[in-house]
Amino acid sequence: MMTHFRASHLHQFEASGKPFLYLQSAAIFALDDASQAILKLLDAGSRTREDIQGMLGTHLSAAELDEGMDELLRVQAIVPVNEAPKPIPKVIPLEPFPLTTMVMNVTNQCNLACTYCYEYGEDKIVDTTNGKQPKFMSEETAKQSVDFMFREAGPNKVVHMTLFGGETLLNFPVLKIAIPYARQRASEVGKRVEFNLTTNATLLSPEIIDFLIENDVAVTISIDGPQDLQDKFRVFHSGAGSYDVAMPKIKELLRRHRAKPIGARVTLTKQTLDVQRIFKHLTEEIGFREVGFAPVTTSPGQEYAIEDGGFDKMLGQFRGLAHEFLECAVENRHHAFANVKDTLEEIHKGASKAYPCGAGLGLMGVATDGQVALCHRFAGSDDHALGTVTEGIDRERQNDFLDRHHVENKTECRTCWARPLCAGGCYHEAHTRYGTTEGPNLHYCDWIREWTDICLRIYGEIAERNPTYLARFEGRVTNEASQTN
Amino acid sequence: MKHLKPINQKADRVQQYLESKTKPGDVVALQQTDAQVPLGCSFVFFPGWEVDIEGGTAGLCSPVERDLFDCHLGCFWPAQVPDQLNHAPDWTAACSSAQKDWRKIDLIFP
Repeated sequence: MMTHFRASHLHQFEASGKPFLYLQSAAIFALDDASQAILKLLDAGSRTREDIQGMLGTHLSAAELDEGMDELLRVQAIVPVNEAPKPIPKVIPLEPFPLTTMVMNVTNQCNLACTYCYEYGEDKIVDTTNGKQPKFMSEETAKQSVDFMFREAGPNKVVHMTLFGGETLLNFPVLKIAIPYARQRASEVGKRVEFNLTTNATLLSPEIIDFLIENDVAVTISIDGPQDLQDKFRVFHSGAGSYDVAMPKIKELLRRHRAKPIGARVTLTKQTLDVQRIFKHLTEEIGFREVGFAPVTTSPGQEYAIEDGGFDKMLGQFRGLAHEFLECAVENRHHAFANVKDTLEEIHKGASKAYPCGAGLGLMGVATDGQVALCHRFAGSDDHALGTVTEGIDRERQNDFLDRHHVENKTECRTCWARPLCAGGCYHEAHTRYGTTEGPNLHYCDWIREWTDICLRIYGEIAERNPTYLARFEGRVTNEASQTN
Repeated sequence: MKHLKPINQKADRVQQYLESKTKPGDVVALQQTDAQVPLGCSFVFFPGWEVDIEGGTAGLCSPVERDLFDCHLGCFWPAQVPDQLNHAPDWTAACSSAQKDWRKIDLIFP
C-alpha cells in the first residue's frame, strides 16, 4: 500500500509577501515554491508521493519534489497518515528546579476596592478579610522569605524578588527591612537580586520614591487609563475614583525614577476596551515606557467580563498597536506595547512550553504568613500551597502538581498549533472560570490563536526587514517578574 | 536544507539536529537513537547463546547456526578482518586516525 501523507498541526502565515511555517516544535521556517506547493496540496487532504508528483510534476522536477517532501517530513511538518502521532514525551523537570522569581505578598490588604479584583472581588480564592492569614507580613517572615529565595535559587546567579500585595506600599515598613536584607544576603551568597514592585501608585510619597530610586527597584503601576476608564473600576472603598490621586504621583515617579523602566499594567474589561486610547494616554500624555494589557480574570457572567464581541474588538486594537510596534522595530525605535514584545521574544527563541508559565516551577508566591503557593494569585490558598518559607518546598506536592498540569494531559490542546506558546493558559484564570487549575482556558482559544498569528506575522516581517533587531532577544533570560500581574 | 530556511533560533536548532543525524542508508552506531539494535549479538541477552548447560551446543534453545544468520543480516560480527600481512598490507593506509578516517577503510574483495 502506498503511504499517504498529511500536514501536521502547523500554522502557515505570510509576512512581507512570503510564506512561513510555524511548527509544533516552535520552529519557524521560510518556505520555497516546492515546499509551499506540497503543503498546499496536503492541506486539502492526504496524498501519496505519486499523487504529488502527478499534480505538481508539470512545474517542478521530480527530484525537487522528492527533496521537498523529505525535508518537510524531517522537520515533522508532514506525517504519514497511517502512523500514530508520536506522543510528546511527558518530561517532568528535574528537581530541585531553581527558583527564578519569588513574588512576596507583603500584605493582603488594599486601600482601593477595584470591583474586578481577583483578591477581593466575587471571584476571590482566599478570605483576605476574615481568613487565617495575617493582614501584613511581619519583618521576620519577610527575612525568612528572602532566605528561602536564595536557598531555592540553586545555581541561578540572578534572582528576582517581586514585591506585591494587596497594595504593596501599605506595608512600606517591611519593604524597608526586606530589600536591604535581600541585598546583604545576595552579596554574602554571591548572587545578584533584582527588585520589582507592583503598586496602584496612590500611596507613593517623596520618601518612598527616594527609596525606590536608591534601591534600584523596577516599578509596575496598575492603572487602567484615562480618568473616565480608570475611575470605572479602580475606586476607593468610598466609591471615589483613584485617578486624581494616582496621576500626579505617577508623573512624579516617572520624572525622578529614570534608571529602571516603569511599566503600566492595564486590566481590560467589557466597559474599558478602548485599548488604543488607553495606550496613547499612558505613553504620550503620562510618559510610561512600557504598557501591558490583560483581560480581566473573571468567572462567566460578571458584568465586567469580556464577551465574544469584546474579544474581537480588543484583538482589532491589539492588531493596530502591533503594527505600530512593527514600524518602530523596523527602524530600531522603541515602542511601549509590552504584550507584543514579550510574545516576540518567545517566538524568536522558539519556546515550546510544557507548562503555560513558571508558576510552581521557577516562580512562586509567598503569602503574608510565609506559606509558599504556586504564584501570587494563589498565595494563602491551602489547596494551592507548595510549602512554607521555613520548611521549604514540599517536593512531593510540587511533583504531583507538575505531573497533573503537564500540557500532555490537556487533550484539547493536542491538535492546536498555538500550543507551544499557550500550553493551556493561566492556572488562575482556569480556576476562576472552571473551578480547576488543570484544564485549558477553552474560552479564549480562538483569541489566543488569532493573537499568536498576529505576532507571528510581525515576527516574520521583522525577520525579513530588520533581522538585526531580533538579536536583542538572544541570551536574555526572560524575567518573569516583569510579567507579574 | 534546500526548501526550508530556518528563521528563528528553534529552527536553527532543529536544522543542526537534523544535520547531525545520519542520512538514511549510512552507517550507524548502536548507541545512536535511530540505529536498529541487531537481533542476536553479544549486546543482547539471549539465553543459550554460547554453550548449553553441559558446555556443548547440542542443547541450546536455538541452534548455534542462528548466530551466523543474525550476524550476517544485522551485525558485523564475525566478519573477518583482511589479512594485513599478506593479502592487504595497505588496508588501513588511508586511515591514520580511526575516529576520523574510518570511512576510508574499504571492503576487500578476494
